[in-house]
Amino acid sequence: MIYSPTTLAPSEPARQHGLLTRLHLDLPLLSGLLLLCGYGLVVLYSASGQDFGKVERQAIRLALAFVGMFMAAQIPPIHMRRWSPWLYLAGVLMLIAVLLFGDIGKGAQRWLNLGLFRFQPSEMLKLALPMMVAWYLAEQPLPPTWQRLAIAGALVLVPTLLIAKQPDLGTAVLVAAAGIFVLFLSGIGWKIIAAVGGLLMALAPAAWYLMHDYQRQRVLTFLNPERDPLGAGYHIIQSKIAIGSGGLFGKGWLNGTQSHLEFLPERSTDFIFAVLSEEFGLVGILVLMALYLFIVYRGLYIATRGQDTYSRLLAGSLTLVFFVYVIVNTGMVTGLLPVVGVPLPLISYGGTSLVTILAGFGILMSIHTHRKLLPT
Amino acid sequence: MARGTKKARRRSRVQVPQPRYALRRGVVGGVLLMAFFLLVGRAVERQVLERDFLQNEGQRRYLRTVEMPAHRGVIFDRHHEPLALTTPVESIWVNPKQLPRTAQAPLARALGVSVAHLRKVLARNGKRHFLYLERRAAPKRVGRVRKAVHDNKITGVHFEREYRRFYPAGEVTAHVIGFTNIDDHGQEGLELAYDDWLTGRAGAKRVLKDGSGRVVRDVESIRAPQPGKDLVTSIDRRLQYLAYRELKAAVEKHRARAGSAVILDVSTGEVLAMVNQPSYNPNARRSGRDGRFRNRAVTDVFEPGSTMKPLIMSAALEAGVIEPSTRIDTAPGRLEVGGHRVRDSHDYGVLTPAGIIEKSSNVGISKIALQLTPDVMWRVLSKVGFGVSTDSGFPGEVSGRLPYFDRWSRFGQATIAFGYGLSVTTLQLAAAYATIGADGVKRPVSLLKQLQAPRGREVLRRDVVRTVRGMMEKVVSAEGTAPRAAIPGYRVAGKTGTAKKITAHGYAKDRYLAIFAGVVPASRPRLAMAVMIDEPRAGQVYGGEVAAPVFAKVMAGALRLLNIPPDGVQGEGLRLASSGGKP
Repeated sequence: MIYSPTTLAPSEPARQHGLLTRLHLDLPLLSGLLLLCGYGLVVLYSASGQDFGKVERQAIRLALAFVGMFMAAQIPPIHMRRWSPWLYLAGVLMLIAVLLFGDIGKGAQRWLNLGLFRFQPSEMLKLALPMMVAWYLAEQPLPPTWQRLAIAGALVLVPTLLIAKQPDLGTAVLVAAAGIFVLFLSGIGWKIIAAVGGLLMALAPAAWYLMHDYQRQRVLTFLNPERDPLGAGYHIIQSKIAIGSGGLFGKGWLNGTQSHLEFLPERSTDFIFAVLSEEFGLVGILVLMALYLFIVYRGLYIATRGQDTYSRLLAGSLTLVFFVYVIVNTGMVTGLLPVVGVPLPLISYGGTSLVTILAGFGILMSIHTHRKLLPT
Repeated sequence: MARGTKKARRRSRVQVPQPRYALRRGVVGGVLLMAFFLLVGRAVERQVLERDFLQNEGQRRYLRTVEMPAHRGVIFDRHHEPLALTTPVESIWVNPKQLPRTAQAPLARALGVSVAHLRKVLARNGKRHFLYLERRAAPKRVGRVRKAVHDNKITGVHFEREYRRFYPAGEVTAHVIGFTNIDDHGQEGLELAYDDWLTGRAGAKRVLKDGSGRVVRDVESIRAPQPGKDLVTSIDRRLQYLAYRELKAAVEKHRARAGSAVILDVSTGEVLAMVNQPSYNPNARRSGRDGRFRNRAVTDVFEPGSTMKPLIMSAALEAGVIEPSTRIDTAPGRLEVGGHRVRDSHDYGVLTPAGIIEKSSNVGISKIALQLTPDVMWRVLSKVGFGVSTDSGFPGEVSGRLPYFDRWSRFGQATIAFGYGLSVTTLQLAAAYATIGADGVKRPVSLLKQLQAPRGREVLRRDVVRTVRGMMEKVVSAEGTAPRAAIPGYRVAGKTGTAKKITAHGYAKDRYLAIFAGVVPASRPRLAMAVMIDEPRAGQVYGGEVAAPVFAKVMAGALRLLNIPPDGVQGEGLRLASSGGKP
């Protein structure tokens, strides 16, 4: 992750894509994202039961999110770094506010009504937490000392627990992952990683008792979906069937039976991967995965090219979290992981995560495009 | 920024050995790739290895084979008047999981049940996805429920087209036609006997159903529904009505327990009417536990009493043991046979065979019968059809009982001559009289319309039968036992019967069966009818009083309906040139 100054390349991209760089956009990343979102809209049209209104709404959200990305890309990393603690603090305060005054939606307290619009503070933490941890660790030489590591750990743990309490396990996992990636990338020792990993595994049974009933159901269902085929196992069985029905080349766009006949629940949101699999088959999955891998590859490349520790840590973490999104969602839909409410990034219908993810890519672009600029 | 960057660089150069980060990068990359391959592997597993299984699983969920109901055949009377037909109705069902709680009240109101009841039923079936609220509902009810569903935007309530059997003649033809169960299969009567014939073969089609069970699209027709075939019965609805009306009136008037009547076409053996009391409404039937579903005319046997006498007389004339002019002394109105006594109600003195039939003398017929060898007498009765099923094909038909002659005692032989010690059904009795009407030719009994008269078998000698029929005409004379069986303008040949009912303790003293059987017009009989009334309890008990009037009323109507020219001069001295007046 961390490069010696000698590896820094001359500003070759800057010369090639002068205009884009001046707009602080990264062409490969932008192309990858646009292709992915386009693919997503195509799948969504089918998954929504050919509801063009839904596709239109999603397109508008995407456009707004891209504007957000563009704006994020204009902020030099130095500013972000400066704001990191404040963003983090505001986020944690809002999480506490949500627990105290939040709106309840679908059985969980996740929303904060700010009068004009409703806002999910946990989404903000997806960016604020890695920024904070990166800021904290970048203050001092790496790898961090035990003491600093413990504090960084606490910085991760507090919002994670607050989010898990809402309860929103999916977001909690993603937020924690974002923090942990920063810790991991900061070069903490393998022994510590092994120790923490071991400890977590030992504590896993204890988590069972802390879980909500519906979460326990999900774990049980994950282990044996046939346990309750009409109830909790229904999602998994139907999505399994949808994926399997696709075969190599799929049934063709708009021809997925499981999804179109409304057997598949949540088909335009969390389970949209199943629709894609049914209609485009293994080929469709490979194309999707190739796009994701390309974006992740580009993100990691940007991370390695970061000019300071903060940038490198943040860029690496954001990229990896993006990949975790993909893994958790596809793993859930294919039955590799229990059902956790994580959308398929940039494909699933819905706006909240879209804004966060694209803002994250905005940060990545900012990190990449502000490298060569002279100090202002 | 420049300073910070420099600082970071310096730190990293100084404190962080490169290889560790290369390793770290490798780990990250490795984990990513592993996750990627795991996912792709999973997809390959699902989409390539398990594909057929999962596609099949999927198809099982959305591709359903549904039945296309086939019409059951119509049952007609001989003139193609429908007696049983199938009409489309609708059943109302609900998916309890989709029915919102707020919909319960309006739905209950439309269904005409209490909200509490509906709630209870729904709660009990809360786990199911399919629950009939009302099967084959009345069109009015369906309309109300439809309106409620529409007005309140109720989800989860569905209608299913079904077919219901309808019997236009109701209780009149109930026993003959029978009925079907809720699944449209015959349960009684001709519906049961010809179930395979009437039942259509349901077609099948494959349809696409969505997650809530709605049919989205017809995919293919697997086989077209084959409607059931129609059945044309031998029943004449007009005669059936007539017979039913008169039988019912008689049973009511005489406060009888039950009754049956059968009309046969003498020349074809077809059953023109077959009625029973008590009856039921096949369109809204309740329990048949009291035996009202029974077609007594074929399922119940009784001792025929004196209606046997014309047959014994035929046997004796045929065997030559008597002549029409033979005189038989019946005085003093009783006869000792094998230690038992045969009685007449009066002392009739010396009688001719005709007189024996006319007065219904037990002593006289016993004396004649005892001149016959048991095997000859048995053979005649058996040939005429006693103790043998008529093979009408009617479900539950019994054959009655005619003991084999080697077990007859002399007294037994004598009692059989006046109708005790054997048992018959009303249909058998009518068939025997139809044979008398057909000059001794026995034709198979049929409940289906015959395209042509079946070839019969001569079981009694023609000249003998005609002679006996002449004797039977005396029965309805003023001096006979059944003047009330007479029909103005027609010659009637018949015989009464009044049998003591047998109970667990032998013959009951005051419980009788009133029977009358006869043929019209006697000169060239077209119709044979047997009437049996079980236990008249309003004073009158004799066949000539209770059963004969039913015969006369029904036959009078039937003769008119069938346009059968009069052959008699009874009463008004009216003689119409008709059938030549053969003896």
